[in-house]
Amino acid sequence: MSRNAKINTLLLVLVAALAVLPLAFGLGDHKEEPFTGADAEAETAITEIDPDYEPWFSPLYEPPSGEIESALFALQAAVGAGVLTYYFGLRRGRRQGEARALARLRAEADADAGDEAASERRRV
Amino acid sequence: MHIAEGFLPPAHAVAWGVASAPFVVHGARSLIREVREHPESTLLLGASGAFTFVLSALKLPSVTGSCSHPTGTGLGAILFRPPVMAVLGTITLLFQALLLAHGGLTTLGANVFSMAVVGPWAGYGVYRLLRRYDVPLMVAVFFGAFVADLSTYCVTSVQLALAFPDPGSGFLGALGKFGSIFAVTQIPLAVSEGLLTVLVMRMLVQSSKGELTRLGVLVTSAAGRKTAKSSDSAEAVAR
Repeated sequence: MSRNAKINTLLLVLVAALAVLPLAFGLGDHKEEPFTGADAEAETAITEIDPDYEPWFSPLYEPPSGEIESALFALQAAVGAGVLTYYFGLRRGRRQGEARALARLRAEADADAGDEAASERRRV
Repeated sequence: MHIAEGFLPPAHAVAWGVASAPFVVHGARSLIREVREHPESTLLLGASGAFTFVLSALKLPSVTGSCSHPTGTGLGAILFRPPVMAVLGTITLLFQALLLAHGGLTTLGANVFSMAVVGPWAGYGVYRLLRRYDVPLMVAVFFGAFVADLSTYCVTSVQLALAFPDPGSGFLGALGKFGSIFAVTQIPLAVSEGLLTVLVMRMLVQSSKGELTRLGVLVTSAAGRKTAKSSDSAEAVAR
């Protein structure tokens, strides 16, 4: 593994560790419902501060179940990841293509030079 | 950081919408200009938007025992300057408001202001400041992304505290309450976002040197750095 790849892997491991440690150490255990969304907690806090507050608008469309919702979240992540990997794949392919085309040009130039040298020798 | 649909009083909802609108319009103009003048950057623009799409869909557990998600706006702000992110962030927020019932149309203005305006500008500011003092690129990128992420959630806390001051302890009491929900939860996630942004930037340095040099992220030599700096100050004067 190159040094570069090692650093990149280390970065990913660190991110994974940051996500796993709160779960591994049970940091949500003090809660009735561990690891709920912060957004939902804010809604609860609002109703604590102002018990009379009624949301005055509701979403035009709401995913009918948790499954549909997670499907749509997965779709969002998949679209993003797809575009990102397309970008890096395209770049890598282009670089490899350029390198190959350069190598071919160089080989042809060498071959031409060789041919010329050969015909020169024949003439002599 | 998504304030749920209908959870801001109408006056606040309108005010944040009015505050965000000029940034989004200005951002749309600079996005169009960027694509027209540099069609080759369309792909990288797409990749920056995609990064925001992925990261804001990733709900991660945090030390407070609740879950939240990064924003992914730092990368695009560093690459293309913050106005462009006002548009890309708004697109992400619209997707989530319309399809996921996450955030909402009435709170879109407030959510755009925190995630697509303040986050990118704060992150970009920190990045530029560090670069001016010759801090290594990746360190500056890390802190830029970290601040873009964390400042977004601080703004959300302020927005909610303004709308719902605590009856006993007032605005500051409410700020402490919302801050402990959002900002504290967000600290480890902002670290994650910083690390992921560094990872993507490292891959970009490998794959897109020419593009990064044109955008002023990479400078080729000491001379290049000097001209980049002087053009920066010229820009600052122009602004």
